[in-house]
Amino acid sequence: MRKRSLLEQIRLLGASGLTLVEALGRSTIFLMHALGGRSGTRNGFQLLLKQLFAVGVLSLPIIVVSGLFIGMVLALQGYNILVDYGSEQAVGQMVALTLLRELGPVVTGLLFAGRAGSALTAEIGNMKSTEQISSLEMIGVDPLKYIIAPRLWAGFISMPLLAAIFSVVGIWGGAMVAVDWLGVYDGSFWANMQNSVEFSEDVLNGVIKSVVFAFVVTWIAVFQGFDCEPTSEGISHATTRTVVYASLAVLGLDFILTALMFGDF
Amino acid sequence: MSAGNDCAVELKGVTFKRGERTIFDNVDIIIPRGKVTGIMGPSGCGKTTLLRLIAAQLKPSAGEVWVNGRNLPQLSRSELFDMRKQFGVLFQSGALFTDLDVFENVAFPLRVHTALPEEMIRDIVLMKLQAVGLRGAVELMPDELSGGMKRRVALARAIALDPQILMYDEPFVGQDPIAMGVLVRLIRLLNDALGITSIVVSHDLAETASIADYLYVVGDSQVLGHGTPDELMNSANPRIRQFMQGIPDGPVPFHFPAPDYREQLLGGDDA
Repeated sequence: MRKRSLLEQIRLLGASGLTLVEALGRSTIFLMHALGGRSGTRNGFQLLLKQLFAVGVLSLPIIVVSGLFIGMVLALQGYNILVDYGSEQAVGQMVALTLLRELGPVVTGLLFAGRAGSALTAEIGNMKSTEQISSLEMIGVDPLKYIIAPRLWAGFISMPLLAAIFSVVGIWGGAMVAVDWLGVYDGSFWANMQNSVEFSEDVLNGVIKSVVFAFVVTWIAVFQGFDCEPTSEGISHATTRTVVYASLAVLGLDFILTALMFGDF
Repeated sequence: MSAGNDCAVELKGVTFKRGERTIFDNVDIIIPRGKVTGIMGPSGCGKTTLLRLIAAQLKPSAGEVWVNGRNLPQLSRSELFDMRKQFGVLFQSGALFTDLDVFENVAFPLRVHTALPEEMIRDIVLMKLQAVGLRGAVELMPDELSGGMKRRVALARAIALDPQILMYDEPFVGQDPIAMGVLVRLIRLLNDALGITSIVVSHDLAETASIADYLYVVGDSQVLGHGTPDELMNSANPRIRQFMQGIPDGPVPFHFPAPDYREQLLGGDDA
């Protein structure tokens, strides 16, 4: 392989920076066109319902099963540590806070990117490669309003709800392991949880996180699908990019949001 | 529009570049109203790009694209979508919506652009499908149709709103002789019966020449020539003659530009 000079490396760095800025600009204009202005379609609500089913309802099994197991593991690990200090009653508080503040929104975001995000990208990419999007344009229907907007709204609406379901199922799984299996007194399990979880501090912050993740993950997924090369290879790369970019965005934004919400600055 | 009411589409000094590559350089084309106009040229010369420029799916780097008295590159996004209701396009793949059956595919433009009652939509869809001979396939899904049938359903969808301009992108590619014959007949029939302007982009010489009233031959980023099929068949221009008569080598070389054959074979390592 040819060795690159320092100057060429700097040039390449600059070129990739410009490409990144250009893609950010393109995706912002794309988002503004999709969400701004009038809906442009008569059956917007029906389209939204169809996408809520595809994006939200079909993601339920993976969210419920993952939430259940994560709650169970949290309770098991928490119990094993807390029992050494005789504080096993605090396991309910630990499970609830961990799920509501962190794992609920973050794991739902990651699972959503893998399950629904990749499906959105592949579906839109496939529509592009089979000229269905061009065909819509030529019929005089704006694909950003007809294809993209319902999918964006479906993601924005369903992911926070899925995160809430994840946390609820996780807490239930935690209670199953701690109370029913390991014998923690159920009164202190639930009372400790009730005393330590604050609505504005914990529940609301978790909801804010899941709303932010929903926005970013869905935006990345639909943009990657719409912007991909309309070939099989292009669609496959775009799907991979969706999962990678969305997962990194969730983890990076989680740190920033946690620092803003819980960091003492 | 300068060319008056006789022309449906006029491209004036259109230049289109993709990156560094010039696809069209200062091209002028006039599409007469109510006629079938063929745009022909070798594969990869930019015929489909030309169609997308006329439909304003692409913006020219320079020049004007006038359709029914409006310069498309100057229209806003919403004006453009309104304008496109006057167009019908038959894509090479048919581009049917795969989640809708044949009926819903043809009904789609009517549902999104009109407030017609359901019975009337049903009647119009059946009439359009009857015109392309597929009224019996009304309940089938796109993946149950052959390639030729997909194109005919797409054609029924393209004429659902009775467009003024109908564009065909390589309609004959990959069709068996029967399907080809059906499509050739349909294009001419629809043009004459509905009084629309048809633009057929194709490299299938015999079929296009048999239905077109007027032909443009494009290549080398230019319009190489235009005229009636007979005029072009007898053209003195060697480039047009080579294309119209299907001569393998000539002004368009058989070989892609390459280093000297003898030197490359004997050079060994350099290959």
